[in-house]
Amino acid sequence: MNYSLILFILGSLLKVEGCFLLLPVLVDLFYKENVISSYLLVAGVCLILGGLASHKRPERGKLYPRDGLIIVALGWIVLSVFGALPFVMTGDIPNYVDALFETISGFTTTGASILSDVEALTHASLFWRSFTHWVGGMGVFVFVMAVLPMLGGSTMNLMKAESPGPSVDKLVPHVKDTASILYGLYLGMTVLEVIFLMLGGMTMFEALTTSFGTVGTGGFGVYNSSMGGFSPYLQNVVTVFMILSGINYAFYFCLISGKLLTAIRMEEVRTYLLVILVAIVAICIDSRHVFQGFFDMLGHVSFQVASIITTTGFSTTDFDLWPQFSKTILVILMFVGACAGSTGGGIKISRLMILFKSMRKELSLIVHPREIKKIRIDDRSVTHEVVRSTNVFMVIYFAILFISVLLIGVDEKDFTTNFTAVVATLNNIGPGLELVGPTQNFGFFSHFSKFVLMFDMLAGRLELFPMLILFMPSSWKKSK
Amino acid sequence: MRIIIVGCGKVGQTLVEQLSKENHELVVIDVNPDKFEQVEDSDAMCIAGNGNSYQTLLEAGVKKAHLLIAVTGSDEQNLLCCLIARKTGKCQTIARVRNPVYSKEVEFLKKEFGLAMIINPEWAAADEMARIFQFPSAIKIDRFAHGMVELLHFRITADSPLNGQQVIDVRNKYNQNVLICSVTREDQVTIPGGDYIFRENDTVSVVARRYDAMDFFRKLGLMTGRVRNVLIAGGGKISYYLTASLLKAGIHTTIIEMDKNRCEYLAEMLPQATIIYGDATDEKLLDQEGVEHAEGFAALTGLDEENILLALYTKAVSKAKIITKINRIGFSSVIGNLDLDCVINPRIIMADSIVRYVRASRNSDDSDVENLYKLEEGKAEAVEFIVKENSPVTDVPLHELKIRKNTLIASIVRDGKIIIPSGQDKIQVNDSVIVVLAGYSISDLKGILEQ
Repeated sequence: MNYSLILFILGSLLKVEGCFLLLPVLVDLFYKENVISSYLLVAGVCLILGGLASHKRPERGKLYPRDGLIIVALGWIVLSVFGALPFVMTGDIPNYVDALFETISGFTTTGASILSDVEALTHASLFWRSFTHWVGGMGVFVFVMAVLPMLGGSTMNLMKAESPGPSVDKLVPHVKDTASILYGLYLGMTVLEVIFLMLGGMTMFEALTTSFGTVGTGGFGVYNSSMGGFSPYLQNVVTVFMILSGINYAFYFCLISGKLLTAIRMEEVRTYLLVILVAIVAICIDSRHVFQGFFDMLGHVSFQVASIITTTGFSTTDFDLWPQFSKTILVILMFVGACAGSTGGGIKISRLMILFKSMRKELSLIVHPREIKKIRIDDRSVTHEVVRSTNVFMVIYFAILFISVLLIGVDEKDFTTNFTAVVATLNNIGPGLELVGPTQNFGFFSHFSKFVLMFDMLAGRLELFPMLILFMPSSWKKSK
Repeated sequence: MRIIIVGCGKVGQTLVEQLSKENHELVVIDVNPDKFEQVEDSDAMCIAGNGNSYQTLLEAGVKKAHLLIAVTGSDEQNLLCCLIARKTGKCQTIARVRNPVYSKEVEFLKKEFGLAMIINPEWAAADEMARIFQFPSAIKIDRFAHGMVELLHFRITADSPLNGQQVIDVRNKYNQNVLICSVTREDQVTIPGGDYIFRENDTVSVVARRYDAMDFFRKLGLMTGRVRNVLIAGGGKISYYLTASLLKAGIHTTIIEMDKNRCEYLAEMLPQATIIYGDATDEKLLDQEGVEHAEGFAALTGLDEENILLALYTKAVSKAKIITKINRIGFSSVIGNLDLDCVINPRIIMADSIVRYVRASRNSDDSDVENLYKLEEGKAEAVEFIVKENSPVTDVPLHELKIRKNTLIASIVRDGKIIIPSGQDKIQVNDSVIVVLAGYSISDLKGILEQ
């Protein structure tokens, strides 16, 4: 462990968070709900602490992969701990554990809330709550890398630890440029959605918060009915942007750099779109009696499918009332998740592709025991390391899933609630079924269960390994 | 600058490391993705694939690249790769070509393949070794202004008259035309002021004309005459090039090589040299071949450990000027402490020459980089510039220029004359100016001014 370097990077992170916290201040200047002082105070604390921690730049810094994992895990915890303070100080969420849950749910782009009445919050807090999605979506370290001068190429290990997917590649040679390009695309997408939403009659505030939730695949709404109260046009815009946000950002980079063919040939993106299509058709057939008219059905079903597979978690209607088969499809989609390299959570399409292909390989190996076969994606063979870590990922994933279900079982709620609560948090979706369904909230869980779910959210967003390595004593050893 | 490096072997890795320090956009291509682990810390993009494939080169962005450097293990592959890159994009190309057969046809290859540069690390290393054998007082010689000016590095031993002297006295006492440029003490490079005191084990570099340098070293009591015979352990490519150039200078050379076929080959290619078939690490054989009376010894076997051992042994039994070839880059601090006299690393020589090319090809309206040498692993640099018309440093007396700390204008070459500059001298257009600087790097002459 390189402690001075960790301190420096965490300090930079706090400074960035301090700057972000100034945005709700602007919102409050507009709405005048007298919460300025709370946000200013927390921003000040972040800036001062961050400045102190990062004032001395470590002379030589090399980040090993494990340092990357640890810094990212610690960073996200620090981020959430400070990000929760304004909620308590403004009195919007008086209990700190609840505030922490809400903040982690925000940063991890889960969208699971403990609030029963969202509309009672001040505008500044609503904005901050949605903005955490935006920060967490593309990753806060990616942002830090894009704006701050960092320490050489080994910061790639930070990006690898934070960005979702079985293997993370650079778009251009420099890490800093890669980070800037990603944030540029992300910002572009957000602005585009804001424009489309405002054309449909949303206020600036609604359009911004909704876009943060969509593009970051978060799912915090500013109304109790989530997206239900908006016009079909607005719902359809959100559907489209949710689907777009679930696509690997390398796809957009290929598009803007003129590599159309490479973009179109991306196997993961095509599979992702195919899964969405099949799911929509299947649910439409199964639940055709629930809706009035074809377009009403198509709108709601495609919104819900997009919302679940991209792990956003918005809802236009209470899908807990849909037929069982449709609900089952939705729960399965929760596991699937979006593309690697997108802002969405879940297991990720590319991992599932690798798993299915290795399954086929194993079967084929039974028929031809001496066969040598490579797993290929996008016509490139996947290295053995990636296949192995994907397998291990799945094992850890299910281990965490079942242990979490067991742990929150002590609250004595029904199985569907517990199971879908864990699935919805571990995959960063938000709503589950029954007591945690789209019209319900997570407020009734005990503090202990909330901590378990918070861990699940962080583990899910950071793809398990960073959170687990914190518990490995040997990873805390000192190194140069 | 966007640079594509094809081949991520040891040479490729050294290049990535050096060029990423200069903040270029690097793309590395290699067939074997396992090699990329070695360059993970450097900010480079890695692409697995064959560098000779048009598709792979396109993926690496050859159309937008400024330079492609082909350093795979095979000469033919490197040439082909450069040719394809040349036809696809507009980038400059550098190929590593090592086979002695081709080395005689460098100019032809450069022209026909449109290459900007051909690098041959073995030849470059041999060239430097040959220079040292011809001027054994120094442990390293960097040439400027077509060889008119030399930057000579030497080490201060315990019994050296310089030990304990002040810099200011040295010039007065020994030679007015010798300028002390830099001192390396315990890994730290400094540009010494007048009150700096030399100590044992300092490595000092001086700039001077050959004649003045000889005079200076003679007064210091260091041997100055060139060696008359050289014993080489190991008969690889460097041995071949070194022997060829030593023989041309009339220095008798003996090579000890343990592979029979290689001996036959060397005997055929180098009829004037003495080729001994045997194990160079055999103490008896070395004694038999007169290691005690050798004036020059080069340890050039394939193993670093063997080379170090041979050098230490020869040091103990003879007064020969010893050159040790080290391939490895790591552990340099330990190797530095071993008192090996003169250590040459072919890969570093080659990486330096590419860094030099890259810096030189950055177009500047101020000055052109003509030569560049890195001192002590890049902690300091000696750079030669040709001054252009728009440069802000011309026609101002040097003492009026606001020059950054740790910078020394070592000499000015004008119309074939060398000026060791004083505060009154001025830099003029078309001068070639040699600057020594520590702790930072520049790509044009105005970089020495304070911002």
